[in-house]
Amino acid sequence: MKRYLTRKLAIYILTFFLAVTIDWVIPRFMPGDPVQTMLSRANLRAEAVEVMRGYYLKAFGLDVPVWRQYLNFWVAVFHGDLGVSVYLFPKPVSRVIMEAVPYSLALLIPATVLSWIAGNKFGAFAARRKWLDNTLLPVGYLLNATPYMWLGILLAWAFGIALGWFPIAGAYGFDRTPSLSLGFILDFLWHWFLPFASLFLVQFGGWAIGMRNMVIYELEADYSQYLEALGTPRGLIRRYAFRNALLPQITGLALQLGVIVAGSVVTEIVFSYPGIGYLILQAIQNQDYFLIQGCFLFIIIGVLLANLVVDIVYIVVDPRTRRGMMGES
Amino acid sequence: MALKVEGLRVYYQTLRGDVRALDGASFSVGDGEIMGLAGESGCGKSTLGRSLILLKPPMKYVGGEVLLDGDPLPIWDRERMAPYRYKKVSIIPQQAMNALNPTRKIGRLIRELLEARGVSSRDLLPELKRRLDLVELSHEVLKMYPIELSGGMKQRVVMVISTLLDPSLLIADEVTSALDVSTQKRVAEMLVGFRDHKFVRSMIVITHDISILYQIADSILVMYAGKLAEKGPTEAIVRRPRHPYTQLLISSLPEIGVRHTERRLSGIPGSPPPLLEPPQGCRFRERCPVAFDRCREEPPFEELAPGHLVACWRAHG
Repeated sequence: MKRYLTRKLAIYILTFFLAVTIDWVIPRFMPGDPVQTMLSRANLRAEAVEVMRGYYLKAFGLDVPVWRQYLNFWVAVFHGDLGVSVYLFPKPVSRVIMEAVPYSLALLIPATVLSWIAGNKFGAFAARRKWLDNTLLPVGYLLNATPYMWLGILLAWAFGIALGWFPIAGAYGFDRTPSLSLGFILDFLWHWFLPFASLFLVQFGGWAIGMRNMVIYELEADYSQYLEALGTPRGLIRRYAFRNALLPQITGLALQLGVIVAGSVVTEIVFSYPGIGYLILQAIQNQDYFLIQGCFLFIIIGVLLANLVVDIVYIVVDPRTRRGMMGES
Repeated sequence: MALKVEGLRVYYQTLRGDVRALDGASFSVGDGEIMGLAGESGCGKSTLGRSLILLKPPMKYVGGEVLLDGDPLPIWDRERMAPYRYKKVSIIPQQAMNALNPTRKIGRLIRELLEARGVSSRDLLPELKRRLDLVELSHEVLKMYPIELSGGMKQRVVMVISTLLDPSLLIADEVTSALDVSTQKRVAEMLVGFRDHKFVRSMIVITHDISILYQIADSILVMYAGKLAEKGPTEAIVRRPRHPYTQLLISSLPEIGVRHTERRLSGIPGSPPPLLEPPQGCRFRERCPVAFDRCREEPPFEELAPGHLVACWRAHG
């Protein structure tokens, strides 16, 4: 058990190291120069440009050789210092991200968790009802195959523009400031609903299909047949089947996490929702090295952590992995 | 008479029509009798066994009657049959090694199974442990998951589970087929032990391996292409088979002391007829070395000597 966890942890640390390195490299390979952008924005006289350039290069730590920048970057990461945003200069990147994180999580976590639960329940339910299997499951396939942003655009058009039931941009009305009042919360939920729905629906389809197939498979398995031959009530057989069918769904969740985050990034962009995804778009458009790095770093840590949680959950729910590990260590 | 089956017909529904896997079976199994059910793959022996406990699509009940201890068994009604399952009729399934839920400890699985059938698992615990001793399993298995057991151990666990409620009839479907030869013998002897301890009143042992039946069965029923070919006491079937198919089946077995480099084992040439549209008359006619004109009519399954029934014109003639 201990050996298994240390090995897993080592893999995660290695992954983290590689992912963060790539994260550092990518913005630097992008064409263009962020300092130049800032200078041209400032519209300075020629001699002032040189002074300002020196100042900015020093402020962003770009005045040292590349390998030094890379080392400095790692040191700073472990101090929780993600640098200063270029386009929101002089705001620190960590603060910019912390302001966006709640919005992203408020979308991602409910959409992922609820769609996983609801999809599994519905899939298991549909597996034993022919009419549901024949009518709603094709819809599930359709949803599953839909790109996130396309469904987002469709929902925004239908419910935001054509019907006018929901706003299509922002996390709250422009006339409001965030507070814990009932009015703000309702307004927030009203803005939250469409991006949530588009994330939820796409994932829901996938989970429902997966669960439906797994439950049918489990109900045909030898142990189900044996229990049925012994006159076991259907309830118990279905409970076993559902429980065992959940295992691959948990693995599926771990595999899907990256895709889901990517989906939420584009969904946020479609709805101009001020989360990490929307921030990434802004950062790229403004060649904000540090903000891009920070956002991706946040996503890397989030996905790795979520994967670790799923790994641990899997050990808890599947005795086969658990026992196998004990035999090994 | 523990079990009496009259004219049982069970077909498989397919898109191309009904496959007549079991086409009129009449036989009986006495109290305390272990009846072996033998025949080639696809002859309908598993269909017969399974139809007695769980008859579900694509299997289709066509006709016939089953009496267990004098009471009719409603095998055609999946719901009404439920109370009889496990308590009156039980089965050791063909894939006994995969018959246990992999994510439940065996003790908990048994407890949940018993509670679901309205039996107190606490009252049965001492008996359960006694029977584990009998099949040489440690009580520790109750705290284990199926993957922690070997194939033979799982097989024995399933044997204990299946017979825990002392059913009147036990159907053992190919229980020895997946085991190595030495384990086969032990398992076969345990089955006899179950009968001797009165855990089960009577037993149908389905197998394609007649040598196992020779060790444990009181009588043997041979099936061919969905029909009964011959039934009789084990000695009579093995020593003096009357149906040509049984004769060929027995002669294709290796004998101890015979060197098969000198005398080649003979198989049975040809293959069984399709059961989608079976031929008229005796179904073995095409492969039978002694077939004659009369075989175009269907031979009756009739008694030749007391307890020895044969469906062959030659034997009756």
